[in-house]
Amino acid sequence: MKDLYTWGGILAITFASVVGDVLLARAMKQVGDVGALWRKSGLVTVIRRTLGNPDFFFGVTAMAVAFFSLLFALSWGDVSLVGPAAASLTYIGNAVAAKIFLHERVDRRRWIAASLVAAGVALLAG
Amino acid sequence: MFAAAGDAMLSHGMKQTGNISIHHLQSVILAILNPWVAIGILLLLAFFATYMTALSWADLTYVLPATSLGYVLLAFVARFLLHEHVSPLRWLGIALITGGVGFIAGGPALTEHLHVECSEANSPLLSKTANDGTPSEVKS
Repeated sequence: MKDLYTWGGILAITFASVVGDVLLARAMKQVGDVGALWRKSGLVTVIRRTLGNPDFFFGVTAMAVAFFSLLFALSWGDVSLVGPAAASLTYIGNAVAAKIFLHERVDRRRWIAASLVAAGVALLAG
Repeated sequence: MFAAAGDAMLSHGMKQTGNISIHHLQSVILAILNPWVAIGILLLLAFFATYMTALSWADLTYVLPATSLGYVLLAFVARFLLHEHVSPLRWLGIALITGGVGFIAGGPALTEHLHVECSEANSPLLSKTANDGTPSEVKS
């Protein structure tokens, strides 16, 4: 039963993280290169533009859900399982979501790598 | 490094706090008052700031693999500082995950290629730069 809770927590972390990552990535692309913007307009402008972005707000909300899911999962399972498993599943989910929603190029090389990561997760669960 | 250290401290703190029950959600709030959990949160915030900065100039599928070093650090921290048992199969799994994400990180920077495409669509100035390889900012 404890394993079931742990993997339920891992899946919850993954889903919320993918939603959050996609929204945050889209928000930061809208903000623009932070380094260049900082040099040009100052840190206050960077912070104001970032915090004022709706995608950033919803992305952070999704990340907060992922964080509390992480707290639950860490109280049930080992960090060496929860951490890498959730992170690698998040990576696979992000590759799919980035291709669909952010229109990023996810080529064969990246899918092979995603398979390697999935195999790693399977071993972690064993 | 921030992510690995933050996760490790969160784990240490949550083990001190004990199991959280779905029927007692207030225990989650109490868990945040644990010093280890609080420091873990601060470290994860530092990770978040640097992660956001990277996302501002690179694709998500490019930035994420770059964080793979955190998995390796986390395994070592879990084994040697938190004294968790990490079996050989788990070590192999961690190695595969790291290899997978490292495989992507070692590939061509599709991020920049995609950015040029996006810039071409949005900016006629930058579409010139794609032809001769000289950034418009340098020209001006």
